[in-house]
Amino acid sequence: MKFTKKLIALLALVPGLVFAAEGGFPLDRAPERHDMASLQNGAKLFVNYCLNCHSANAMRYNRLRDLGLSDDQIRNNLLFSADKVGEMMTTAMRPADAKAWFGAVPPDLSVIARAKASPAGSGADYLYTYLRTFYKDDTRPTGWNNMVVPNVAMPHAMWQLQGIRTPKMEDAPDPHEAGKTIHRFAGWNQVAPGTMNATEFDTATADLVAYLNWMAEPAQGTRKKLGVIVLIFLSIFAFLAWRLNESYWKDVK
Amino acid sequence: MGGPFKETKLPASAPVGHKALAWVDDRFPLSKLWNDQWGKYYAPKNFNIWYLFGSLAMLILVMQIITGIFLTMHYKPDANLAFGSVEYIMREVPWGWLVRYMHSTGASMFFIVVYLHMTRGLIYGSYRKPRELIWLFGFAIFLCLMAEAFFGYLLPWGQMSYWGAQVIVNLFGAIPVIGPDLSLWIRGDYVVSDATLNRFFAFHVIALPLVLLGLVAAHLIALHEVGSSNPDGIEVKDNIGPDGHPVDAIPSHPYYSTKDFFGVSVFLLIFSAIVFFAPEMGGYFLEYNNFIPADSMKTPPHIAPTWYFTPFYSVLRATTADFMYVLMAAIALYVIFIWLKSRLAFRTKVIVAAIALLLIIGMLPQVLEAKFWGVVLFGSSVVIIALLPWLDHSPVKSIRYRPDWHKWVYAVFGISFVALGYLGTQLPTPAYTIISQVCTLLYFSFFLLMPWWSAAGRFKPVPTRLTFTPH
Repeated sequence: MKFTKKLIALLALVPGLVFAAEGGFPLDRAPERHDMASLQNGAKLFVNYCLNCHSANAMRYNRLRDLGLSDDQIRNNLLFSADKVGEMMTTAMRPADAKAWFGAVPPDLSVIARAKASPAGSGADYLYTYLRTFYKDDTRPTGWNNMVVPNVAMPHAMWQLQGIRTPKMEDAPDPHEAGKTIHRFAGWNQVAPGTMNATEFDTATADLVAYLNWMAEPAQGTRKKLGVIVLIFLSIFAFLAWRLNESYWKDVK
Repeated sequence: MGGPFKETKLPASAPVGHKALAWVDDRFPLSKLWNDQWGKYYAPKNFNIWYLFGSLAMLILVMQIITGIFLTMHYKPDANLAFGSVEYIMREVPWGWLVRYMHSTGASMFFIVVYLHMTRGLIYGSYRKPRELIWLFGFAIFLCLMAEAFFGYLLPWGQMSYWGAQVIVNLFGAIPVIGPDLSLWIRGDYVVSDATLNRFFAFHVIALPLVLLGLVAAHLIALHEVGSSNPDGIEVKDNIGPDGHPVDAIPSHPYYSTKDFFGVSVFLLIFSAIVFFAPEMGGYFLEYNNFIPADSMKTPPHIAPTWYFTPFYSVLRATTADFMYVLMAAIALYVIFIWLKSRLAFRTKVIVAAIALLLIIGMLPQVLEAKFWGVVLFGSSVVIIALLPWLDHSPVKSIRYRPDWHKWVYAVFGISFVALGYLGTQLPTPAYTIISQVCTLLYFSFFLLMPWWSAAGRFKPVPTRLTFTPH
């Protein structure tokens, strides 16, 4: 029985290991969302599903005004882990407890969308793929595993929305070594449905990831808008500086 | 100077501004300084785009100091508070995000501008006599700039900050006998910790900026003492006109005031495009890993220094145990070359051979390990730049009048430097290690063989007057 459990445990590692060898699970492109409705939906999903274990210690609740919400709307619908809208999005879970329960302290999510960028894709791409590739795995303490982060300590926070899935594995010829076969990922089995279908869940995750992207740098909208004006001004300025220079230098023979 | 105080008397109807300036000039050489240093400082008239980077470097220095002052108002140099204080600046301080991005972009732009400024010196022979001291001050500025960037990079206290500092300070531990104690003294602790952060903050905010300002002043004073060189490499002071100024020179004001003003406006366009639209620059200006708070328990899979250090870092990584044998052979060949080809005195040749023998013995695997020699080569790859005025034996200063094949030598050097830089950002595969070893050899050969190749070939006739195309 112990041997069988070990064998199953080993097999459970395989889906993740396949990708670990080749540099990771390929990342999907996170849909671009900059509109207020999506960001507000993302904020709602964030405080409901993430803020229980994770903190966002650099994010003040009332910064959500930038997303078109009023203090009352924030207070009545989103203020879960604090008493006043001027407070930070902290979590009540103590790090020592988290370590004991999950094996790792859930990282702070304030700048997670900036931290997870890599040559494989942007931070948003990483999070979008990560949040959508959890699967049922009875060998793990939480019962969940993930394609992007094999043997992750985090359970599938949004399983009620996506439902329960397992990966389909297939044997295929090894593209790098002739004559050998590899065991590779070939799609999902929906074991039990969630409250959302696949498209709805993808949309919800896109909104959540857009929110995380916004939260990582709330000033990005202002930055880009201001940048356009600055560059227009400097272009005119540079043109005038050029003509001024030419007017002086025509005297130099 | 000296003698009794002589008060300048202007007529009563003179403007207040003139009277005020006269009052100051009687007590402080303000107008004299302005005229000597800029207003009536006569510079060659054929300066091209390569001559903009010095003034741009000064602009960036001032920007870094001003943005740095505002950052210091809100940053907390404590291991527990540092990361959070940077996010506080980004989110809560009005315009904090702009100041932060200007400072991080400014740091990378400083190195781009300084590398271009050094390239100008290289191609036009700006370091040749009598300008060797300007070059040495410039080299000191480069060293201080690298130290300043290194100390500054620890301050955000991210994963890359912490582990990059850990790796580089540990390099000092490779020095025999004193190494571990030296590392301990620099760090203030057995590992990079709060003690290290506090002292690096002091170095970055006040110690090195003061040294940098002093060195920049010395750099400019040395320049103004002998006068600027130019793209043709000829000395304009050899040809003085009836007005007492060189015929091929013009006063910096207004001509170079307007030219530098234009240069600054184009620079600010590029700078602003980065600050407002790509402050991370694909992870090269603001590294992704640095948005994770420093964790002494989790080593990142790939520790790399910031892009501006990568060429020299590549040299360090290229120095493997196998490479030691190549180095020993190269040293032996170089000594043979010196014995056969150089015109040094016999005694000097014997000393060179003795030093080479000591080096070769030291490079044997049983004596000093490759890690130590890696650090030595790492340091040498930087210091060798300072020796250029004495390595360059070309009869002409500027690349314009050198044999055409010299341009290929510079191109190979440039490509090796950039290749080393790129390889420094990547993980060291066996293939990449071989390429970096080849580029390391090319890099050092450029300098060490320069006394011979720089004097070889048919040189073009150097004109007596500047080549200048009117605007």
